[in-house]
Amino acid sequence: MKTRPAPTEPRVLRLPGALRERLEGFVLAGYPRETCGTLLGRPIDPGRSGAAGAVVTHVEEGRNLDVERARDRYQLDPEHLFRAEERARREGLEVVGVWHSHPEHPARPSETDRAAAWEGWSYLIASVDAEAVRELRSWRLADGWFIEEEVRP
Amino acid sequence: MTRVLVRIPAPLRSHAAGASEVAVAGATVREALWNLGQQHAGLLDKVLDERGEVRQFVNVFLGESDLRQLDGLDTRLSQGDVLSIIPAVAGGGAR
Repeated sequence: MKTRPAPTEPRVLRLPGALRERLEGFVLAGYPRETCGTLLGRPIDPGRSGAAGAVVTHVEEGRNLDVERARDRYQLDPEHLFRAEERARREGLEVVGVWHSHPEHPARPSETDRAAAWEGWSYLIASVDAEAVRELRSWRLADGWFIEEEVRP
Repeated sequence: MTRVLVRIPAPLRSHAAGASEVAVAGATVREALWNLGQQHAGLLDKVLDERGEVRQFVNVFLGESDLRQLDGLDTRLSQGDVLSIIPAVAGGGAR
């Protein structure tokens, strides 16, 4: 999957340390299967902070319905996403993105990822092997291309 | 006239003038979505395909039920029902 260099306007995904640990826990526990879930939080007002993006306040895991190819495919349970949207609405938050793992693969979006992606969400990808989460990178779709955004605590 | 609320997820709000929910009339889900399209034409293209069916990477919920477990677009609506448009999320590591 080709990616495009970062645009002039930088984007950032703020993922506090405790939430990063929580996500890495889900990813490691699921290895060698692909795991997936949602990111709840708030969009960042670019006028105040300089960079557009989102602050993550909750990381949740959903079921991967693609059981047959769980080593290299995922399909996030729609029920999980529905519940996440409901919770976000109740708590004045937004679903700001989704996450999934790439077991034994780099944390870059694949063509399969691009085909199903939506603009306006962060796509956080964790590269994992048997020992540890090796890499955590976040991407957004713009005009059909994935652009990397900075992941910061 | 049956009026229902349609909830719009963040990735589609730019097609709905930023709204997170839109009130529409409709006796069935199909009618409600068509009326949604009258208000926000770009939004309907993201939800229905050229045959007028729900797109592969979209799920629609009526209340807490996936439309695919009901009567699909022909499902009848009651006053005050809530329809939620939920993006489908899929992908994977290999290519």
